[in-house]
Amino acid sequence: MSGVNTDRLKRKKSAANGVFYGVIGLLAALTLACLIIIIGFILVKGLGNINWEFLSQEPRRMGREGGIFSVIVGTIWVTLVSIVIATPIGIASAIYFTEYSKEGRLVKVIRFFTEVLAGIPSIIFGLFGFAFFVVFLGMGWSVISGGLTLSMMILPTLTRATEESLKTVPMSYREGSLSLGATKWQTIVKVVLPCCRPGILTGLILGIGRAIGETAAIMLTVGGSLRLPSSLFDSTRTMAVHLYMLASEGLSEEKTYATAALLIIIVLIINTAANLIGKKLGTL
Amino acid sequence: MEQTVKLAMPERSQEQAARKAAAEKAGMEKKFDIKKLNLFYGAFQALIDVDMEIYANRVTALIGPSGCGKSTFLRTLNRMNDLIEGIRIEGSIQFDGQEIYDRSYDLITLRKKVGMVFQKPNPFPKSIYENIVYGPRIHGEKDKTKLDAIVERTLKEVALWDEVKDRLDRSATGLSGGQQQRLCIARCLAVEPEVVLMDEPTSALDPVATSKIEGLLEQLSEKYTIVIVTHNMQQAGRVSDYTSFFLSGKVIETDLTEKIFSNPSNKKTEDYITGRFG
Repeated sequence: MSGVNTDRLKRKKSAANGVFYGVIGLLAALTLACLIIIIGFILVKGLGNINWEFLSQEPRRMGREGGIFSVIVGTIWVTLVSIVIATPIGIASAIYFTEYSKEGRLVKVIRFFTEVLAGIPSIIFGLFGFAFFVVFLGMGWSVISGGLTLSMMILPTLTRATEESLKTVPMSYREGSLSLGATKWQTIVKVVLPCCRPGILTGLILGIGRAIGETAAIMLTVGGSLRLPSSLFDSTRTMAVHLYMLASEGLSEEKTYATAALLIIIVLIINTAANLIGKKLGTL
Repeated sequence: MEQTVKLAMPERSQEQAARKAAAEKAGMEKKFDIKKLNLFYGAFQALIDVDMEIYANRVTALIGPSGCGKSTFLRTLNRMNDLIEGIRIEGSIQFDGQEIYDRSYDLITLRKKVGMVFQKPNPFPKSIYENIVYGPRIHGEKDKTKLDAIVERTLKEVALWDEVKDRLDRSATGLSGGQQQRLCIARCLAVEPEVVLMDEPTSALDPVATSKIEGLLEQLSEKYTIVIVTHNMQQAGRVSDYTSFFLSGKVIETDLTEKIFSNPSNKKTEDYITGRFG
């Protein structure tokens, strides 16, 4: 009699397992589907409109015709400036926190504020950037105003990624280096930091990802000029801003989707490149 | 040389015994002279009134049960304890006649002259070549021919050259544990130290690797002064000329290894050697 009961119990258990497995699988598929649908939708509608004219010509009639060459250039400039400013500061801060400072109250406070900085909404950065860089310092709507503002936004991510990376480097490497007569600084530069390259790269990629997607903060600090920027103090337009303007003013459906598709492709390329470089650096 | 053997003593060659006896009689050069060394981790006293002399071109073994302070003592000799917060050191440690804890003493020079090999092999995640030239490069050597020569010399000194000469640019982390430890010794020798401190260098290795490294020590002691911490008494008996027995932060006895193992002066030493505790 007990044999029948255990049989039923077993069947119930395996049925429950199966249902659970099925539900989990379904939800995972849903996540993947979201990603594929969004990317697929944009690419399907926009890829067809990306051609050499689109990439190389300047926009005409406020973007209804022509290409987005000046916008691409503007995007690169602003992103580049923000990276160039944020990277040394981020890495240096991370080194200071992990290698030099004592884990006291001051460090904990600074770390807390860094975390808070990471969570502040972009529009607030934009407002600050406008008030401080554009107006107070008189830089006007420009690549440099936008670059500085963006660098503040990506700094916490970069610092944290570098810090986490530094923490995973075993103490034994540092001891080995110091015992050979190296100074602390030599140890950090020649032994510890090289180990952190994948981590720092990840932080950079995350930073670039955020920078490229910024819209509101860019509009407030860089403006929206369609002219090709010729100096750091020129106003320009980034792809995300151009996309917003085309869409909100309904200027051209094809150009809108084409810009969106290009943006997605760039993000995919950056992520893939980061993956490959990360793997290569991770092996030696 | 007559010896009262109370315990099984590993065989020592005639040549070694003669050398030791001769050196005893001649004036020996003192590499380290430690007097009244006291070390505190915060409130805890890890070393109590340590007095010791370490002689040049000899292998000195530091033995004692776990936690007795021998590794802590070793690390004072190249000031690696400076890395630990809350440490306080009192007393005198002289290296070649100079106080190493003086503010004016150059730490970098000390660590160049007094190298260290750690318990767990810690090669850098770089190539074998890069690991060895790291030290010389840090100290300013740029000449590629000289660096190549250093790599060959040191790898031969640790009997690793033949095994790796064809793959110097491969990662050091691909080597076996024993090979990694020999690489670490070579890396240490590349900066031409006078003293090599070894903190239980074979405790993380298998018996074959262990015996290979023990085999190196006699040769190395002809050129360098070796201080080795070991919790393996047989090892101390096999490889060292002098042995120092530590217990609870104090040095109980320091003497020729033969004497410590066959006729120790202190009862506690005898108890430890014969395995009554530890």
